[in-house]
Amino acid sequence: MSEIAEEIEHQEIANEYKELLTFFLAGEEYGVDILRVQEIKGWDTVTNIPNTPEYIRGVINIRGSIVPIIDMRLRFNLEKRDYDATTVVIVLNVMRGNKESRTMGIVVDAVSDVYNIPLDDVKASPDFGTAVDTEFVTGLATVNEKMIIVLDIDHMLNAAELEVIDTISE
Amino acid sequence: MSIDLAQFHETFFEESFEGLDVMESGLLELEQGEVDLENINTIFRSAHSIKGGSGTFGFTAVADFTHDMETLLDQMRNGDRQVTADIVNVLLGCVDTLRSMLTAIKDKEDVDVTAVAEMSAKLQAILNGEVVHDGAPGEQVNDTVVTSKEQSTGDGWNICFTPFQDIMKTGNDTVRLIRELRELAQESEVEAITDNLPALEEIDPEGSYISWNIRLYGQDINEEEIREVFAWVDDECELEIKPLVVGAAYTGPERRDDSRRQEDAPDRRSTDRRSKASESSSIRVNISKVDELINMVGELVITQSMLSQFGDDEFNEQHLERLKDGLSQLESHTRELQESVMRIRMMPISFAFQRFPRLVHDLSTQFGKKIELVMSGENTELDKTVLEKIGDPLVHLVRNSLDHGIESPESRINAGKSETGVIELKAYHQGGNIVIEIRDDGAGLNKEKILTKARDNNLIGNDERLSDEQIYDLIFRPGFSTADVISDVSGRGVGMDVVRRNIRELGGAVDVASSPGEGSVFTIRLPLTLAILDGQLVGIGDETYILPVISIVESLQVREENINAVAGNAEVYRLREEYIPIVRLYQIFDIQPASEKLSDGLLVVVEAEGKKIAIFVDDLLGQQQVVIKSLETNFRKVEGVSGATILGNGTVSLIIDIAGLIELYQNDIAGLAPSVKGAA
Amino acid sequence: MASILAVDDSSSMRQMVSFTLKGAGYQVTEAADGQEALNKAKAQQFDLIITDVNMPVMDGITFIRHLRGEANYRFTPMLMLTTESAADKKAEGKAAGATGWIVKPFNPDQLLNTIKKVLR
Repeated sequence: MSEIAEEIEHQEIANEYKELLTFFLAGEEYGVDILRVQEIKGWDTVTNIPNTPEYIRGVINIRGSIVPIIDMRLRFNLEKRDYDATTVVIVLNVMRGNKESRTMGIVVDAVSDVYNIPLDDVKASPDFGTAVDTEFVTGLATVNEKMIIVLDIDHMLNAAELEVIDTISE
Repeated sequence: MSIDLAQFHETFFEESFEGLDVMESGLLELEQGEVDLENINTIFRSAHSIKGGSGTFGFTAVADFTHDMETLLDQMRNGDRQVTADIVNVLLGCVDTLRSMLTAIKDKEDVDVTAVAEMSAKLQAILNGEVVHDGAPGEQVNDTVVTSKEQSTGDGWNICFTPFQDIMKTGNDTVRLIRELRELAQESEVEAITDNLPALEEIDPEGSYISWNIRLYGQDINEEEIREVFAWVDDECELEIKPLVVGAAYTGPERRDDSRRQEDAPDRRSTDRRSKASESSSIRVNISKVDELINMVGELVITQSMLSQFGDDEFNEQHLERLKDGLSQLESHTRELQESVMRIRMMPISFAFQRFPRLVHDLSTQFGKKIELVMSGENTELDKTVLEKIGDPLVHLVRNSLDHGIESPESRINAGKSETGVIELKAYHQGGNIVIEIRDDGAGLNKEKILTKARDNNLIGNDERLSDEQIYDLIFRPGFSTADVISDVSGRGVGMDVVRRNIRELGGAVDVASSPGEGSVFTIRLPLTLAILDGQLVGIGDETYILPVISIVESLQVREENINAVAGNAEVYRLREEYIPIVRLYQIFDIQPASEKLSDGLLVVVEAEGKKIAIFVDDLLGQQQVVIKSLETNFRKVEGVSGATILGNGTVSLIIDIAGLIELYQNDIAGLAPSVKGAA
Repeated sequence: MASILAVDDSSSMRQMVSFTLKGAGYQVTEAADGQEALNKAKAQQFDLIITDVNMPVMDGITFIRHLRGEANYRFTPMLMLTTESAADKKAEGKAAGATGWIVKPFNPDQLLNTIKKVLR
């Protein structure tokens, strides 16, 4: 955590650059906009929420807020893996519409790195065979010959079951 | 000097709405035939304040409208006009009109001009009808109009001013008046006439004896401006105003009005524009509650400083006892502080009750029923949020009692009852809840009619047997309405199901009891606040859940012989003479319990809306007050769960929504899946 | 600096009057009815009184009558806030000892102009 924070500080922030926090999930590297990352926590017990899909692991307390935790492997129907020392929860600010923000956590295999990527280098994703539905992918970026899948977290975490039932209850 | 009047608008609206409520209840009292001068005075004062404020803050339409009301009230106050039911009704209508005008203005919406004009016409009709003394108002304006005919476009004015001896005793001052006059003119002459000066020994040092001749030179001074200077001393002097050169250019009486309108118009525009930013929701708090809070914070500071001393010196065992004391003090202060803060949000239920006298008055006229409304417990306090949201359901229930409950005067007489029906609104505290009862002495609910209706709408099977309570409870089912004729009151597409849903959303419950020929009682139970809850912690497997203490009837050890299985997988527990369904929460919530064997755990009997279930839990873990957190902030609503809280160890625990759980359970045994949430 | 006692049962009017006067540099004390005003006026000397007429507990005219009877308020300007129609009120107020009146509705400028006349 502190390493990452240090790195963030040393990164140059420019308009045409986007800073990404990347993480691993089943051997692939994914990136999210670092400005949306609230904190990174180790895995800890959660409180079960009844009658929800399996990938919603439950809720935890983050400084007095009740925050839902979503397992990304389960979310994308990847093979289950026991949580271990590298498993982390990335706590994100998810925008709903233009203003309302929700806090949610995602469980991933491990945190990788922080990259400063020129926006131009993020290419539209072709329809390729990744595990993640292309619907939730903003684009692909290449760093040091590696491919990073940039995720659209707003779309992903507001999608389907979270969003639909929400509108009904309102 | 420019002052933004918009900053006072919020206060103005707040006090105007309060004033309207005062007028309304006053008028309703008048209507009952008690002509009490102090009461009329109070109504008058409220109208007067609204008029003054609306004029000042640029809401001219409101001021004009209130002016006529005030005139009428003034006549009533002076005994020049009889108080009749008609007049009271028109005034009540005016109160409504004013309320909607003010609401529209406050919300920056258009005022319904037609409605205002209609009401205004009714008022005028009364005012013009049997006028007794209509002299006083407006007389002055006429005076000035007449005199202003003598406009000077000539060389100026000659003013002869003879103040009476006592003029200074009202705080007036001839020197000031002359100074003001001279400011009107480019050039002036003042001559003192000392003819009336008495002998020295007769002079009252506080008296005024000198007359003045003042000549003002200037082309554009009009007589009205001069009279304006003397307006306050009109009756304390002799005054003669003559043009220096008679130039009789008549500009007509409208001129004065025109100039006033021009003054008003830009003012109003600017205030309207500015007021946009000033909306906020505020709460009025009794000063004693704030003082209490300050005291509490004081205590907290003392405890804090006491505790911080431990950090200063080397810590040793002797300190331990004092540290414990300090911590327990801290705990009790924190709790008290929390309670005090909660109390700030508490308001008397009279805010919700106050609209009912009027509602009952209007509706009973409409339905031709005679009804007495009895209210009690108006000072019972509850959370502001709950209070704001309980209004509509209450209105619906009272309307319902009036429409369906109370019979017509004829049928009441035929049934050997008093002609006048009674509707009782009662509020009181019970445990951590507030209970509101709406009781009528009408015909009671008609079981047969309800059953027929329910069968017609397929709410129940044809041969289903139901207890009285279950039958009565059917009226809260969606798609149920007993009204034979859709009346104006009950046929608004809002049924009892909506009432129940609204109350449930507040964490409350509503049920009904009825007895044929004697009437019905609707009972609403609401939490005092939406922020904290007395919780019973229960353990099931690894999870800890919270049951609202208020819903718990009792907890018991399971005796095997009292368990009965009925129709398939449903189990009931025999408790004295009752059979209570057993709810295995671990099944409904799909978690792993410590044991599935009933005798290994406990049953907690809970009740919501007249239904009881026995929840099977592994263990009871203790009771505590919990702060309610919403799951919806970052997630969404979850069936069977009303919220969550954070326990002392930092983990999250879910609060069970008993009514919702009963529904989940019923769907479950009815073979319906508990509404699957989206496919993964 | 002149000190003014502003009396009105309507808090929005009181706020407006008081805000306007304070803005012009006067010292303002507020009271919500005649009785409160009378108590305050006895406790402290004011240079000008501005009072509403219709108020609960003690109305403005009664207040003026009482205050004018106090030795140190014999010549103090006392202005009533009245509405145009209340001709009889003006007369009644004058009889009780009011210096003059300010006709409602008024705007802050009108208020200040009137006050400048009597306070100098």
